[in-house]
Amino acid sequence: MQSKDEILDQLFELIRPYSEQPIELSEQTRIMDDVGLDSMKVMELVMQIEDCFDVSVPLNILPDVNTIGEFAKHLETLLQDS
Amino acid sequence: MNILLEKFLPLEEKRAALVASSGADPFHVIVERMVSATEAMVNGHKVIMVGTNNYLGLTFDPDCVAAACEAVREEGTGTTGSRMTNGSYAAHVALENELADFFNCPDAIVFSTGYVANLGVISTLTGPEDVILMDTDCHASIYDGTRLGAAQVIRFRHNNPADLEKRLKRLGEQASRTLVVVEGIYSMLGDRAPLHEIVDIKRRYGASLLVDEAHSLGVLGKHGRGLAEEAAVEDEVDFITGTFSKSLGSIGGFCVSRWPELEHMRYAMRPYTFTASSSPSLIASTRQALQILNRSVELRTKLWDNATRLYQGLTEMGFDLGPEISPVIAVKLPVSIEEAPALLWGELLSQGVYVNLVLPPATPGGSPLLRCSLSAAHSPEQIDVVLEAFAAVSAKLQLERQT
Repeated sequence: MQSKDEILDQLFELIRPYSEQPIELSEQTRIMDDVGLDSMKVMELVMQIEDCFDVSVPLNILPDVNTIGEFAKHLETLLQDS
Repeated sequence: MNILLEKFLPLEEKRAALVASSGADPFHVIVERMVSATEAMVNGHKVIMVGTNNYLGLTFDPDCVAAACEAVREEGTGTTGSRMTNGSYAAHVALENELADFFNCPDAIVFSTGYVANLGVISTLTGPEDVILMDTDCHASIYDGTRLGAAQVIRFRHNNPADLEKRLKRLGEQASRTLVVVEGIYSMLGDRAPLHEIVDIKRRYGASLLVDEAHSLGVLGKHGRGLAEEAAVEDEVDFITGTFSKSLGSIGGFCVSRWPELEHMRYAMRPYTFTASSSPSLIASTRQALQILNRSVELRTKLWDNATRLYQGLTEMGFDLGPEISPVIAVKLPVSIEEAPALLWGELLSQGVYVNLVLPPATPGGSPLLRCSLSAAHSPEQIDVVLEAFAAVSAKLQLERQT
């Protein structure tokens, strides 16, 4: 079971290539507003995250996810349940 | 400006910039008059319509037109309400029986549009305990159906059975409560779902399968029943949805199922219950068109001849197209040339050819598309005019690339 920090580090790795300009990523970074992903790219990212963590991530969580930290929190729960 | 409308300003600014830079306004096209199934007056000029999804060209079929006229005279212009409250007209039920017979299914449900059919079926069939596993390239109506419902939604990579299996496997016991959703022909690139492989996977994991045959009804299969018929897997497809607004030349949608219990779902579907039912004229022309679709192998042959002619011609010109010959032919444009898509679309229109301009992010793979859809009613000569127009576009594209 990965720690929250490990989850965050992997999320940073997955999200970084989506940013057009180099950007410092943190738990507070907003995936759409700060990194610049549109809704289609967010859904693509979800598939990458599913494969990276080998876990199902329903799109239903997206309305509750704004920042990378919030995504990590959801992911932690999903990993615990799986 | 009303404060609620302010959020749409960036969208309008983007549209205005597109018009200013390209001189074309692809989102405000007014079809002044339809002349035939394949021709219309646009901007005062006669143009060949190559973006209508009118696959069998039945919108002007004399028998369909006569049936619609008779129905409007006999039963009026509209039903003025839903079937649950106002009652079903005999013709609604007759069409459902005819669709069930056509698909060799025990039952069918007719909806007011194809969009509403997917909205109703997908949102209601699956509940909070269930999972929807959908192809990434599925139509917006399928996406919206998942948003209206309560099921968990997961996507698999487009036309990638291995990716589907990986995700089904991950679901463990929930795999048997999963609805896999694919399309017969995908509306943007015109490619077919690999249905054999998908059926094999869904069978092994005990999942259910819904195929949206919107673009494949009347187009694929010996009798025109779509991809499931062509792939000879109809017994393994649990639900089929589709539309009347393409091959059947009308408006409406349907769902058929090999499961007789489909009927139990009818009044649980909000998009069915709370929408006005189709007008008598629409139902009448659809019934007539279904008969023609069922018996007319010739129309399908013509459609595929036209598709092959256009696909081969565009391939010879060096255009980057969808992966297979299909009545939907998408020309993928280079992403690097920003104004080019609208410019080229406008060039085609000025040459007398109307196609659909589809811009990212609505396109698979992120390329802007000049999307064509063929009809059995197109003549080979019309296809040649379309090809000539694309040749002019090709020349312009070369110029853009050089500058």
